[in-house]
Amino acid sequence: MSEAATSRGRSLWADAGDRLRRNRAAMASLILISLIALACLFGPLLTGHAYDRVYPDYVKVPASLESQPSEDRIAPGLQRTASRLRANIASETREGDAIRLVLTAPRAIDERSLAFFERSDLFHAAKVLERAEEGRRLTLLVPIERNTFVFGTDGNGRDMLTRTLIAGRVSLAIGLLATFVAILIGVSYGAISGYLGGRIDMLMMRAVDVLYSLPFIFFVIMLVVFFGRNFVLMFLAVGAVEWLDMARIVRGQTLSLKRREFVQAADVLGVSTPGILRRHIIPNTLGPVVVYTTLLVPKVILLESFLSFLGLGVQEPMTSWGVLISDGARNIQGATYLLIFPAIFLTTTLFCLNFIGDGLRDALDPRDR
Amino acid sequence: MVLFVLRRFLSAIPTLFVVVTLSFFLMRVAPGGPFDLEQPLEAKIMENLNRAFGLDRPLIEQYGRYLLNLLSGDLGPSFYIRDFSVAEILLKGLPVSMTLGSLAILLALVVGTTLGVIASLRQNSGVDYAVIGFATAGVTIPNFVVAPLFQIIFGLMLSWLPVGGWNNGAVRNIILPVIVLALPQIAVVARMTRASMIEALRSDHVRTLRSLGMGQRVIVLHALRGAILPIMSYLGPTAAALLTGSVVVETIFGLPGIGRYFVEGALNRDYTLVMGTVVVVAIFVLLFNMIVDILYALLDPRVRYE
Amino acid sequence: MDRAQFHIRDLHVRFRTQAGELHAVKGVSLSVARGETLAIVGESGSGKSQTMLAALGLIASNGVVTGSATLSGQELIGASERVLNTIRGATVTMIFQEPMTSLDPLFTIGQQIIAVIRRHRKLSQSEARAEAVALLERVRIPDAANRLAAYPHEMSGGQRQRVMIAMALANRPDVLVADEPTTALDVTIQSEILALLAELQRDMGMAIVFITHDLGVVRRIANRVAVMRYGEIVESGPVRQVFDAPRHAYTRALLEAEPGGTKAAVAADAPVLLAAEQVRVHYAIRSGFFGRAKRVIRAVDGVSLTLRRGETLGVVGESGSGKSTLGRAIVKLAPASGMIRFEDRALVPLSRAEMRPLRRSLQMVFQDPYGSLSPRMTVGEIITEGLLVHEPALSAAARDRRAAEALEEVQLDAALRNRFPHEFSGGQRQRIAIARSMILKPQLVILDEPTSALDRSIQKAIVDLLRDLQKRHDLAYLFISHDLAVVRAMADKILVMKDGLVVEQGPRDELIRHPREDYTQRLLAAATQTGFLAG
Repeated sequence: MSEAATSRGRSLWADAGDRLRRNRAAMASLILISLIALACLFGPLLTGHAYDRVYPDYVKVPASLESQPSEDRIAPGLQRTASRLRANIASETREGDAIRLVLTAPRAIDERSLAFFERSDLFHAAKVLERAEEGRRLTLLVPIERNTFVFGTDGNGRDMLTRTLIAGRVSLAIGLLATFVAILIGVSYGAISGYLGGRIDMLMMRAVDVLYSLPFIFFVIMLVVFFGRNFVLMFLAVGAVEWLDMARIVRGQTLSLKRREFVQAADVLGVSTPGILRRHIIPNTLGPVVVYTTLLVPKVILLESFLSFLGLGVQEPMTSWGVLISDGARNIQGATYLLIFPAIFLTTTLFCLNFIGDGLRDALDPRDR
Repeated sequence: MVLFVLRRFLSAIPTLFVVVTLSFFLMRVAPGGPFDLEQPLEAKIMENLNRAFGLDRPLIEQYGRYLLNLLSGDLGPSFYIRDFSVAEILLKGLPVSMTLGSLAILLALVVGTTLGVIASLRQNSGVDYAVIGFATAGVTIPNFVVAPLFQIIFGLMLSWLPVGGWNNGAVRNIILPVIVLALPQIAVVARMTRASMIEALRSDHVRTLRSLGMGQRVIVLHALRGAILPIMSYLGPTAAALLTGSVVVETIFGLPGIGRYFVEGALNRDYTLVMGTVVVVAIFVLLFNMIVDILYALLDPRVRYE
Repeated sequence: MDRAQFHIRDLHVRFRTQAGELHAVKGVSLSVARGETLAIVGESGSGKSQTMLAALGLIASNGVVTGSATLSGQELIGASERVLNTIRGATVTMIFQEPMTSLDPLFTIGQQIIAVIRRHRKLSQSEARAEAVALLERVRIPDAANRLAAYPHEMSGGQRQRVMIAMALANRPDVLVADEPTTALDVTIQSEILALLAELQRDMGMAIVFITHDLGVVRRIANRVAVMRYGEIVESGPVRQVFDAPRHAYTRALLEAEPGGTKAAVAADAPVLLAAEQVRVHYAIRSGFFGRAKRVIRAVDGVSLTLRRGETLGVVGESGSGKSTLGRAIVKLAPASGMIRFEDRALVPLSRAEMRPLRRSLQMVFQDPYGSLSPRMTVGEIITEGLLVHEPALSAAARDRRAAEALEEVQLDAALRNRFPHEFSGGQRQRIAIARSMILKPQLVILDEPTSALDRSIQKAIVDLLRDLQKRHDLAYLFISHDLAVVRAMADKILVMKDGLVVEQGPRDELIRHPREDYTQRLLAAATQTGFLAG
């Protein structure tokens, strides 16, 4: 001990950190969840699609790494656009990533309506190469517009990758927000109830019991009814429901800490109540609070998804994983990818958070020591 | 013992009263009413409807009347599902929900404790890790993901089971919903059993048993009896929730249980239907908490003489 | 054939832990014969319990055992669980320290005893039942036939230990291993249990391996003794020989660790520091429906005492006697009525705020050195917390200096003040707790069993430290303890408590030599027999 005597001691937190670092499942989860969070935060800027951009020509395109349009979409696309111009296709020849197209029509083709090519999701603006027969025969160069939908598109023709990532932002933000509210209320309620004790404690806990016996779904649905479809307000409210467990945990901790000799020792030293709370009680309840927080985030995300699944959550065109999964569940016949991708993201996130929570608990409460 | 049961029963009544009162007023202060349709009704018709259902009376009078009716077992008529009383609606749905729920609980108890015991006896082995992995999956993957996945796999790809429908409770129809309901509970029960078994196996009194040459079977029996107590406390409220139906499972599998009425009722401001469901759920919760207390007293002599 | 029943040869126990391999038992050899009692003595962590647990195959799953342990020729190390299960409980059994947790709380004691009997003998349920009643009578459980239906929580600690003994002896084993079976019990009960074990041994003739840290117990019941330290036997032999002529330095240190000497008396005209009259601490226990039924627990019921400057009052009693509550009442940790006067102030009516300035002269040191230090604060922060309250003007640097001084005063390295409590041993932690109260320069310190969670040799050092501090600062102590040996070494006056009442109080020597009350006599007799007050 003398050799290391001058060094700073290792706190219980540092010890816990070491144990957590040795927990491979928790560390892998930590990395994975960071990647998911980063992807959700910055990914939508890089996918090249806006989350609410509708591609009417690409409804329910299956997930694929190939760029769109696929070859079998080009000819019908040209045909469709030509008929809008009231013209017939005389010939089409492929020139790399563009098509040389000869259109004929009984009447002169209005070149302004060539904008239909640009408006289609398949092509860029067409360039007129040659006019003949007083405008009744046009030779055009139509560049193909290349798009990639890695996760496919939904029933409205929106890019699922972008939507999944945007949904992740919403789900994660809501999870953190509601958890924060729940922790704030739960910790203060529990600490006050436990520290004051006696009759006040009994009354406060009785109130918690009553709230416990109210059917939870009923409570949440009433909140939806109250706050309408404002999801920020709603999740402040969900946080305000989820604090019950936290309050119980913190109260239990406070009660047992109050009986511990180090708190009595502080009392004998003459330390004031705020001083005891600040230096002795709160730092020692932190462990369970941290663990519970990591486990509460997935619970809230799950609840959000559940509400969205019922159609009570986030409103279109905004989206969340729950909304996407509910969409996917309705389309399991034919378009399973609509369910699979958001489900993978959601469950991976929940898995990671649970592993981290379990890891933290083992790290902070080493029974085998 | 009789006194004990009676006491628990009496102390449940005030809680039930508070729950009913709270939900009644919560429901009523919510904006909107049961007859707000897309197309606003004529004022005259609205007035008639409100009068017919007694909604024109002062709120406190409506509350008093509701309580009185409740005492005589009358839950009132549904506002939204016309021509049906709430009691009729709930009585029709309850058997469906209770069938599914009780089977799920049974499955969870049997499979969950078995898995937990096996894992605890082979701690840190491959079997143990498999159980932990399964349990983590069970609690993390939400049922609205599992349900459609099962539909895809067992209904569409393998065509073993129907993807939905009640069909008078045919075994083929209820297998998937029961499994989906049970999975997360199996997971939780397995985790809890494993944790309490490991603790019990390390306890002083199990060491005593080993020092006296008692065999594995006796040791597991003793450890399990202690381990079952926290599981019961967990299963009480869970059983109440499962028996009163699951919105998700009933919606996805198209089953006529009572789980959906919360959502439908609340959104349509069907006051009586929501209240009826709240009352039923609350009674189940209180009932099961009571059953747990009694079982606890039976299994743990230290509680009995408290 | 060799008369010895039980042989252990070159036994090693290694634990695989995250921090690496822990070599807990390093080549222990010993043997015990029929009718003989072998005591294994050592301080906590010496490997004395692990040796016997390993021999019986009861070690934790991360332990690896090598070597040999034979019982009447049958090898136990490496034997299958099935073979072991036919031996354990039949020819060799074990009883443990914790009577509170060693029995299954969910089964009646009858069920537990009958299960043991029928496990090893082919008896019918009713035969086994009759056998169980006889056993309970044999260990002197009153009303044995009816007590079969009792659950462990309905019995006292001493009775539970009797039940454990009954279970262990149910099948007349050849060897009984007793792992600190009396440590958790009060002295009077301890003495009864030891007498019972000796009597049963005379009747049944089994060999006993008695694991203990308590030399007094060894002297009373053992024929031979093995002294263990750091997983090795440092010395063994007949008790008389080892005690009278110890060969190893560690044995000598252990023998000398019994706190000796007495405190010099204070001057008769020393001013009275603390006076208490008719102190009462009553708790109302609410129970039953809506908390109506009330029961009053009289933890302290009319205690009077006086304490002069520089004087030590020893408060002695068994668990539940109210001695700790009395100490707590004086520092206002427990709500008291009656009169408590410190210097010239009456403490009972004071509010928290009014009490605060007095607290610096009125300090307390607690029993559990593991529980009394805040785990998330450094030692320096812990020691100086009182200065934040009573000398708020002090700079951080000055506080740090004071912390260093306080640590040196309790003979700890001042450089350790940046470390956290969990890095220290029990004795070191108790020194830290003492430093925390000494830094305020108090006049009176309540010492609530400050040595009873510590090993004997460390106890002695703490007693020396406390006496030294008292002399230097002219402190008054209220020394609360169940341990008469330590009280005799510390106190000027002794107060004996039972059930919240004062049984007897008086000057140390007078009370020990001529106890007036029956209870005091019994307490002293038990302590003398178990060796607490030997010599």
